[in-house]
Amino acid sequence: MGTYLIRRFLLMLLTLFGISVLIFTMLRIVPGNIADILFDAAGMIDVAEKAKLEHELGLDKPIVVQYAAWIGGLAHGDLGYSYVSEKPAIEEIAPRIPITAKLAGLALLFSVAFGVPLGVVSAVKQNSKLDYALRVISLSGLSMPAFWLGLLILMGFVKYFGTIPIYTDPPKDFWSALWLFSIPAAAVGFRSSALIMRLTRSSMLEVLRQDYIRTARAKGASDQNVNYHHALRNAVLPVVTVIGIEAAFLMGGLIVTETVFNIPGVARFLVEAIRWRDYPIVQNLVMFIAFVAVSINFLVDVLYAALDPRIKYA
Amino acid sequence: MAIRLAALAAGILATVALSAAQSAEPEHGGILKFYHRETPPSLSIHEEATFSVNAPAMAIYNNLIAYDQHKPQASIDTIVPELATSWAWSKDQTQLAFKLRSGVKWHDGVAFTAKDVKCTFDLLQGKGEDKFRKDPRKDWYANVADVTVNGDDEVTFDLKRPQPSLLAMLASGYTPIYPCHVTAAQMRTHPIGTGPFKFVEMKQNESIKLVKNPDYWKKGLPYLDGIEYTIISNRATAVLAFVAGKVDVTFPTEMTQALINDIKAQDPTAVCEIKPINVNTNLIVNRDKPPFDNAELRTAMAMSLDRKSMIDIILQGQGDQGGSLLPPPEGVWGLPPDRLKTLPGYGDVAKDREKARAIMTKLGYSATNPLKIKVSTRNLATYRDPAAVLIDQLKTIYIDAELEPVESSAWFAKVARGDYSVGLNLTGNGIDDPDQAFYENYACGSERNYTHYCNKDLEKLFDQQSSETDLAKRKQLVWEIDKKIQEDVARPILYHARTGTCWKPYVKNMTIMNNNAYNGYRYEDLWLDK
Repeated sequence: MGTYLIRRFLLMLLTLFGISVLIFTMLRIVPGNIADILFDAAGMIDVAEKAKLEHELGLDKPIVVQYAAWIGGLAHGDLGYSYVSEKPAIEEIAPRIPITAKLAGLALLFSVAFGVPLGVVSAVKQNSKLDYALRVISLSGLSMPAFWLGLLILMGFVKYFGTIPIYTDPPKDFWSALWLFSIPAAAVGFRSSALIMRLTRSSMLEVLRQDYIRTARAKGASDQNVNYHHALRNAVLPVVTVIGIEAAFLMGGLIVTETVFNIPGVARFLVEAIRWRDYPIVQNLVMFIAFVAVSINFLVDVLYAALDPRIKYA
Repeated sequence: MAIRLAALAAGILATVALSAAQSAEPEHGGILKFYHRETPPSLSIHEEATFSVNAPAMAIYNNLIAYDQHKPQASIDTIVPELATSWAWSKDQTQLAFKLRSGVKWHDGVAFTAKDVKCTFDLLQGKGEDKFRKDPRKDWYANVADVTVNGDDEVTFDLKRPQPSLLAMLASGYTPIYPCHVTAAQMRTHPIGTGPFKFVEMKQNESIKLVKNPDYWKKGLPYLDGIEYTIISNRATAVLAFVAGKVDVTFPTEMTQALINDIKAQDPTAVCEIKPINVNTNLIVNRDKPPFDNAELRTAMAMSLDRKSMIDIILQGQGDQGGSLLPPPEGVWGLPPDRLKTLPGYGDVAKDREKARAIMTKLGYSATNPLKIKVSTRNLATYRDPAAVLIDQLKTIYIDAELEPVESSAWFAKVARGDYSVGLNLTGNGIDDPDQAFYENYACGSERNYTHYCNKDLEKLFDQQSSETDLAKRKQLVWEIDKKIQEDVARPILYHARTGTCWKPYVKNMTIMNNNAYNGYRYEDLWLDK
């Protein structure tokens, strides 16, 4: 297990290195840089002023030198300065992480809390009216675009309650934060819970047909014991994988929800930074999201062994 | 009878209540909340060129002089003193002296003096040690030879030649006075002004906060305790936030007619005004690139335009036909309708197109052998939509065009390289003034002269009108120039758009200017009747 963990850790580092090269190169392939964008806003290009700005920001240096400067800084905890706000990148990125983490955490909680139990119920009550109803709900969750659902929720709130659950100020306490994030989290979680529900259902249906389930029933185990102790534990492995993927996605993929509900989180900030070609922000944010994604994948793999004793890592 | 009496009583009560409300004394206090459409690049007005900056930042600063914030049509006649108490021209009109207000303090407590004025213009002209990162309006002050300080309370602008429009530029929201003791870099991250509100913070994608300046030199002002801008980039969310009362005012000039209809349907008490913003949509033709180096072809293109249809389709009728300057009655200098009608492409559309087709036939094009071109434009809806209509209209004269959407950041670089044949662009004018419009957009070698139109004889007229102190004579010259620019198809103007702003009825003293979108955001005497 120890060897496996070290190998996985080294692989994580290699993956992160690959991502750093990829994002760094891709950003420079995209047309335009911060100087172009700043002059674009002025409706003009002053070649001399633009060159001066590029020199000040080190954008005229060879790409390898720029990459080395970034990675060198990153290794020392120096993320550089945002080109737009001219503040340290860490000051811009750090406050946004907890905002997205809260939203993603709540959304994940929502999707697991609804997706797994309803998936089990749907499988256990296969082809019943309840199963049909749950399948319709889960299909709606998968097919409704998040922005559409989000706007619908906002319109409903404005029309029927005269208020709008969007982020305009930082929440003052736990309850106001819970209120503020729960509605967008539900909008996002609806899709995730639908996915988890369908996966749990199909996985459960497969497991429920296994011989050992029949054996358990023959031995007189109760339905509850069979469903939740014997079946669910074995059916949950692919579900855990999907939950892991969803968790990684939610850290960086909430752009639509953050935009519709006006949440100043990581994803919206990342898109805005790409628009400005704010390289230090984009590079460091992508690395952070990549780090979260590979860490979650690693945790999921470790969790496999904990959930299924048959899995042994050498 | 009883019903009539009740109705009469109700009417009297309503009238009394209304007049009481109208004559209500301004109240101090409250935070005015706007939504902002985007995070501005900085709040250093001199370095930026979008009213995304002016709208929140103008309240931080003062100018020497400014446009009266409650006169919708900004002009030389509506200029009022700010940091200057008075001004006087020399006899030969080449010196403009300002007496400065004493006792004014910067937000950090340092006293304002004449040196600050000199520093500001040295920065703008690139003369000082400190430099701007970018300086989009340095051309505005090309005629200023020097700014000299006479003690702490007087400055004089020495001009190379007379230029009455200098006052118009100094009064613009684009010309705040900066402090000498704060660097240009600091002004981008934490601006210091003398204005009614102090900068507190700007968080990207989140908010901009300003707080009342208790030491403002206008005693008793501002009425508000602060102004907050919540950055809401999604317009649908922003409109709903306004309707729900999360914000008191929409972002200035951001509302279309359709959005205003939507707002009024949900909140009939909302006050909304649609006005011209002095931003025109225009056709740019690369006259260096064959076959567009042929003047006849360019004229044919101009004659294919059906501007009224464009305005109806794109703006639901909320736009105006005009030349390079904003048309009257809102515009001060624009060509009057009777003169406009005589220009190519502004008369009878069917007849003009007939003439245009004749030109195209002469040049060898026909319905079976059309001229195939690309219409390049920025990949933004405000550019793409009119470009699509333009393409449709060009078809009527045997031009088969294809839309080429260009990534926004690459647009001006592409145009500056001349890497286009035909394009569609938007041009915003900071002030309603011929000097700004002509020199910036039509002078030989200007960075914003995208079509590289160059007419040396006309440039002499630019200088002549710029030096002319008699307003009536100057207007005649300006009309003559504008007519020539349109006849030369320098940059055919498709339309001047009108856009709207909405606010809640308890926001008092709000005036939206109707010939610019850059100069009316001081907000010192706005108050909330809550």
